Amino acid sequence: MTTAPAAPAIKAKQRPGDRVFSTATVVSGSLILVTLAAVAIFLVAQALPAFTAEPTAFKGDAENFWQYVGPLVFGTIWAAALALLMAVPVAIGIALFISHYAPRRLAQALGYVIDLLAAVPSVVFGLWGITVLAPAVQPFYTSLTEWFGWFPLFAGPVSGTGRTILTVAIVLAVMILPIITALSREVFLQTPVLHEEAALALGATRWEMIKLAVLPFGRPGIISASMLGLGRALGETMVVAMVLSPAAVISFAVLQSQNPTTIAANIALNFPEAHDIGVNILIATGLILFVITLAVNMLARYIVERRKDFSGAN
Amino acid sequence: MSKRIEVNDLNVYYGSFRAVEGITLEIEPRTVTAFIGPSGCGKSTFLRTLNRMHEVIPGARVEGEVLIDGNNLYGPGVDPVLVRRQVGMVFQRPNPFPTMSIKENVLAGVRLNNRKLSKSDADDLVEKSLQGANLWNEVKDRLDRPGSGLSGGQQQRLCIARAIAVSPEVILMDEPCSALDPISTLAIEDLIEELKQEYTIVIVTHNMQQASRVSDKTAFFNIAGTGKPGKLIEYADTTTIFSNPTVKATEDYVSGRFG
Repeated sequence: MTTAPAAPAIKAKQRPGDRVFSTATVVSGSLILVTLAAVAIFLVAQALPAFTAEPTAFKGDAENFWQYVGPLVFGTIWAAALALLMAVPVAIGIALFISHYAPRRLAQALGYVIDLLAAVPSVVFGLWGITVLAPAVQPFYTSLTEWFGWFPLFAGPVSGTGRTILTVAIVLAVMILPIITALSREVFLQTPVLHEEAALALGATRWEMIKLAVLPFGRPGIISASMLGLGRALGETMVVAMVLSPAAVISFAVLQSQNPTTIAANIALNFPEAHDIGVNILIATGLILFVITLAVNMLARYIVERRKDFSGAN
Repeated sequence: MSKRIEVNDLNVYYGSFRAVEGITLEIEPRTVTAFIGPSGCGKSTFLRTLNRMHEVIPGARVEGEVLIDGNNLYGPGVDPVLVRRQVGMVFQRPNPFPTMSIKENVLAGVRLNNRKLSKSDADDLVEKSLQGANLWNEVKDRLDRPGSGLSGGQQQRLCIARAIAVSPEVILMDEPCSALDPISTLAIEDLIEELKQEYTIVIVTHNMQQASRVSDKTAFFNIAGTGKPGKLIEYADTTTIFSNPTVKATEDYVSGRFG
């Protein structure tokens, strides 16, 4: 058997536009990796001394770094989770209202309001939390502890100022509401008309159509949006630092005056007076926050990925 | 199961634009009726008025009446949701719910009726519906796989199974084969022939051979020009329409001498 002589490889013509564009994308892609690596290296290098620091170096009663960071980790996740719990249902409701119920004019106006909410700086939310929200909800908290004090979350004694972790969570929920709403709305609007009609033609009411076609289609989007919101809530500094008077406790009670604070707020409050090993300790807590956020994002990816076969992308 | 459809002087509007004008026809139970005509002549619009699906488009409204066994679909107090449960629909492109398995897709409509199905009843219904859509043998080993993993023709038969699972009186098909290859088309046409035993079927098609193969009666729609409403030109037995139509426009259309 004879083989034909190998044909000379055909080389694609290199066009200047293509080269500029591909170089630009490669550079941008690498830049994000370099930035991330720089931050990660900084965090790890600066954090290392904290893990072996003397007990005297820590503020409060902590004996070592893990005891110090424990309540902070708890506070961070607890506040963010509460905020997410409140924000997600409302955000999905608003997004569905805008995408499937509201008349077009109203939907547009509402969309602008939501975007406006996203543009409010977090310091402003913090001020609002202290001066308006906290005093306003305090009487409500009092009755909550009176009526539902047997339920561990609402155990007394109630805070006299209303500046509790629940107030923080409400403010955080308001802050992350716009991003979750905006993203969910976009996803809901993308629902293929074909699927909506399929549901309607089977005799679905509007709500049943949403359950059959819109929500399943939007599920990955809702998860991604929630995770973005959660990421913002985890890292939010100003609101927590302004509203809470921190204590190093792990407590699920949301209405008492002793509240766990969050990592970000703790860094912001203590950094100005920190020196030497104190700085390393704060940076190490920052590293922990970094890890938590990374873990949350990976979890979200995993959840979305798990049902990939059913996403309709194939 | 199957019912007689009677349409009296039906006009369909989108806002102020009259899309379909003055349609009157009767469809006998257990027959296949084909709607043919050029694109934009209102045949799909008219088809969708038979289960009030046109109302999905904002501004769409109807004058006249559509009677199914004497009950006016547009009578006061008639719920479009209930109408659609009686009159099933199959669309131009297969549209199984992508997030559901094959089995869940078949049961989607039944679950809407809030009927609490026992597992064995559900399994029976899935098998019966898929058998009815000639799909059972191909998918019985993968009922829990996503419906979107099937081929186009299989997906369309899945949609038919989903429609017949709720035991409708009438099945509307809006160009059900236009996105399918000839083999899958043949499978659907065979299926229509079988479904005719139990259901009244109305099908919109651009394929004249298909109309002549599957239907008992054929309605030819046409428009005088863009911006004019579509009208029913001729409605008769399929053999008459294709061999001996009374209207010149029909003859021109079915013989390919159009325009």
